[in-house]
Amino acid sequence: MRLRTILIAAAASSVLATPALAHRMWLLPSTSNLATTKEYVTVDAAVSNDLFYPDHVAMDPAQISVWAPDGSKGEIENAAKGRYRGTFDVAVNKPGTWRIGTERVSIAGTFKLGADQWRVGGRRPAGATNAVATPAEIPANATDIKLAENTARNYVYVTAGAPTKIALTGKGLEFDPVTHPSELVADEEARFRFLIDGKPAAGVKVTVVPGGKKYRSAEEAQELTTGADGMVAVKWPVAGWHWLSASAEDAKPEDKRASTRRMSFTTTLEVVAP
Amino acid sequence: MTRSKILPALPLLAAGTIATPALAASVTITIPQIKVAEYHRPYVAGWLEPAAGGAARTLFVWYDVKKRGNEPGTKWLADLRTWWRKGGRSLKLPADGVSGATRGPGRYTVAIPANLPSGQYVLKVEAARETGGRELVSVPFTVGGKGSGSGKTELGSITIR
Repeated sequence: MRLRTILIAAAASSVLATPALAHRMWLLPSTSNLATTKEYVTVDAAVSNDLFYPDHVAMDPAQISVWAPDGSKGEIENAAKGRYRGTFDVAVNKPGTWRIGTERVSIAGTFKLGADQWRVGGRRPAGATNAVATPAEIPANATDIKLAENTARNYVYVTAGAPTKIALTGKGLEFDPVTHPSELVADEEARFRFLIDGKPAAGVKVTVVPGGKKYRSAEEAQELTTGADGMVAVKWPVAGWHWLSASAEDAKPEDKRASTRRMSFTTTLEVVAP
Repeated sequence: MTRSKILPALPLLAAGTIATPALAASVTITIPQIKVAEYHRPYVAGWLEPAAGGAARTLFVWYDVKKRGNEPGTKWLADLRTWWRKGGRSLKLPADGVSGATRGPGRYTVAIPANLPSGQYVLKVEAARETGGRELVSVPFTVGGKGSGSGKTELGSITIR
């Protein structure tokens, strides 16, 4: 449990710090569209540099939550964690758009104890000294406490029948697509809105990377920024599965011990050929 | 006596008005013969889109209507991916006068609805075959006019007359 938490935190913090370079956490459903409500979607979950090539760390299916279109909680089945890849199935047994994924909230940062710099949470090498796991362990005489609240969301969308609107919570960084994620086509520009605390968020950095780098020479990642209306327009270089990750930072953490809030939203989008 | 002469004429007139629009517009779809070791009859859908944009209207969809159980024939309707997105996904199947069984190679004629408002349209026909390919053919036409197009792989000639 402990090891897993650290691993996840490490993966999360690296994704947040440098989205263009670091390991990417990804969920890859077998399809984004199902014709009936008698079918399953099977999902791969991993952390790796290249998409969607599992060669680094498996994601534990135990972290996954499933929401049916009516907001009720769904179940994962046949979960397994392999060396490089977690995998699970979801019975998509109600019509509409399902949301499958994780939301992880962690606090990480630094403080001083006398002249020594200490670390809180985040990536800690084995046997690290001058480090504590949680803010609760910060000694009372600590100074220069700098903590950041990290919220990392990673959801994929699977639709049975006609798509339905994706529910929003009004909290943190959220994906409010104008073009529904279950109806993306390679020759049509997609428009996605990002919200922070329910309001259109300008200046959100959005990275879009097509899968299958092995089969081309360049990553062909797009680095986009949302406009004043919180919108980005995405042109697809190819059909196929694409990884999209958005990140933003502000000074409105929910946990008041933190001074900054880092938010990320990641999804995997299926773009079909016209 | 005069009355009885007039009355029989009325049903004839009525029949005439019904028959005329059906003759006016129809689409003929060719499903080509494909020489492969494992051949399955394709799923095919045809629909009309107003040229200026607007809701699509499905004319026909041919799929495995009989297959039931864990993997009913409806499972693969989403493989007609463009039709699925343009309206297939919100169509309740089976649909009277629209859905039917898959067809083997040959030529099939489907009526274009007589109540289609005049204007310019694009007829789209999409075919997807198990272990085979998928093709989408667009045929622009004006109501009352003719049109033709042709597929290269999964569909043959498509004519509107």
